[in-house]
Amino acid sequence: MIVAVPAEKKSLDSAICVSFGRAPFYCIYDTEKENSTFIENSAANSPGGAGIQAAQNLADQHINAVITFRLGDNAAKVLEAAKIELLQALNLSIADNITNLLEDKLVSLSNVHPGYHNGH
Amino acid sequence: MLQILILSGKGGTGKTTVASSFIKLNQAKAYADCDVDAPNLHLVSGQFPEKQDRDYFGLPKAVIDQDLCNGCNRCYEVCHFDAIVVKDGHYSVNPIACEGCSYCMHVCKANAITMHDEPAGLLHLYTRSDEHFSTATLLMGSGTTGKLVTEVKKQLEGAKETAEVAILDGSPGIGCPVIASLSGVDLALMVAEPSLSGISDLKRVVQSAKQLKVPVAVMVNKHDTNEAICSDIETYCKEEGLPFVGKVPYDTEAVRAINEGKTLIEIESKGSEAMKDAYYKTLQVLKEYKGL
Amino acid sequence: MATDRIIAVLSGKGGTGKTLVSVNLAACAENATYIDCDTEEPNGHLFLKPTITEQKTIFSEKPVVDQSKCTACGKCVKACAFNALALVGKNLLIFNEVCHSCGLCSAICKQQALVQQQYPIGSVVQGTSKTLQFYSGQMNIGESSAVPIIKELLKKTHEGIVIIDSPPGSGCLVTETIDHADFCLLVAEPTIFGAHNLAMVHELVTLMGKKCAVLLNKTQAGANPSEEYALKHNLKILGSLAYDEHLAQLSSNALLACEEEEQYRQFFSNLLKEVLDASDSHTQR
Repeated sequence: MIVAVPAEKKSLDSAICVSFGRAPFYCIYDTEKENSTFIENSAANSPGGAGIQAAQNLADQHINAVITFRLGDNAAKVLEAAKIELLQALNLSIADNITNLLEDKLVSLSNVHPGYHNGH
Repeated sequence: MLQILILSGKGGTGKTTVASSFIKLNQAKAYADCDVDAPNLHLVSGQFPEKQDRDYFGLPKAVIDQDLCNGCNRCYEVCHFDAIVVKDGHYSVNPIACEGCSYCMHVCKANAITMHDEPAGLLHLYTRSDEHFSTATLLMGSGTTGKLVTEVKKQLEGAKETAEVAILDGSPGIGCPVIASLSGVDLALMVAEPSLSGISDLKRVVQSAKQLKVPVAVMVNKHDTNEAICSDIETYCKEEGLPFVGKVPYDTEAVRAINEGKTLIEIESKGSEAMKDAYYKTLQVLKEYKGL
Repeated sequence: MATDRIIAVLSGKGGTGKTLVSVNLAACAENATYIDCDTEEPNGHLFLKPTITEQKTIFSEKPVVDQSKCTACGKCVKACAFNALALVGKNLLIFNEVCHSCGLCSAICKQQALVQQQYPIGSVVQGTSKTLQFYSGQMNIGESSAVPIIKELLKKTHEGIVIIDSPPGSGCLVTETIDHADFCLLVAEPTIFGAHNLAMVHELVTLMGKKCAVLLNKTQAGANPSEEYALKHNLKILGSLAYDEHLAQLSSNALLACEEEEQYRQFFSNLLKEVLDASDSHTQR
């Protein structure tokens, strides 16, 4: 499967970014090929609807799952419509979260919060 | 890093007075002024040796190239924000009214309209050894305060390792700057004033916080200006299950303190003890909400 | 004495006394109109206790998709500057809260699959309080912008004196409110906070080409940074209202000071005259 993780830095040692929509990068990890790439999040600078655009971008990339701390309900709607699995991030590095994923230790995301009007 | 946001609904209840006192008591390493329309926290925060400014870009604005414009009027017809100004057959865009939707650009057959990134404000990050103070100023008439508030909060991420608690001074009202500041905070402390206007506005801002699932605590400032209404506020809190963390009396000395750039707890104020009590109770409520 | 005049009362900083001044000025004027444009937290009704005769829901327009006509081309998603649309497979998702109601998506859709529909965002009320015409607006909790409500409130022309109670700050709600004002009365409190925000709102008012003057409120002994600012910038000071516990109590109980006490009736009547004189020398109506 292909997993996306919002990243603070372009490194597997990086912490997972607390914001899904405005994370500077996403780590895209392929569990079969066991490789990772980092893409820039073009939605990070949107005046509004950053979560929606970020989710749209990931949906367009045919991601299967997202590991995140929290998610706004607008972004969640887009990801769910794209049948992308939402997984709860652990307070560890990206690499350690992926290890947990491979060992089937990650649970479904419970932290979906109501949207906020980011930028009028 | 836990975040406490100080709100009020009604303006002038004492958010900045409370925020600055709490910052002093907490010896906070991370604090921010999210009231980007009327920022004031910097006036009572002392001097900082380091200051970093950067441009904040909000919505792009439409610009009409006069050499290409043929006066067909289509832009004027489609603009929902009355941002196209026509004077003596000359078409221009009012940047204050323009919302950056680009509808005008899409309908202009002369290709005379382009969208430009204009700075909508300035972000400021003040540092003093390991203290981080984040604030911003919005350029006149600019409306993108929601995103700017988010940028202000983001600037505190640098203090994540050293600061346990971040104190955020909020803005009045219940609109997009308040909604943006509420996002992701661990506790919203409402500073209420005992007046009919104050209690009415308090209820609206509490509802806004509840909609965003942010836990709330309430305190009353200037409580002795109307004890009866102060008591009504305490009753309201009991009925709604909102922790009431204290009440601070009105003190004309507060004006003097502020004007000298000091916080209420740095002067001989009859409010100082009450402010300290409210501070400790707020931290207790925060810890209880977080199960710490 | 005066004919049509629109006076906006503003302050930059919240809690300086905009409503106190607006409601008392309106109550002292004969056959005037009071408009409460602080639509996030309206308070004028508490003081003026109007009899409401009309209520109107204010709508914003939001797009709705006809899935049978939508070909999922994605043009609307790309065009939307606010990310209010997302396309997942053939499924078009619309996010009302981030939509700015600009109408572009419906216009750009070649299949006419997107239609604009009415969506309530708040309300306005109209009424009377003795001889005063009363208008007020309220934004629904959770909405981000009250601009359409303010636009509706200020749509009508009124005869005589119009007193507009403005929102705090100096952002888009304030610019919308004072756009049609003839004159701006800036209410300032004697703290550096007050002076700082007075400066901001003075800058805004000047940028918009509006004439203005200052009222110093809650004055007490000691330095007054707002007064210093006004003097330094040649801003006319129309009056000074001292901090008074009794006045504070009256206001906290939403009582009109000009009706409760003679000294305040005199003060606000004089202030009204000063405001009209000051605005007289600037308007060419």
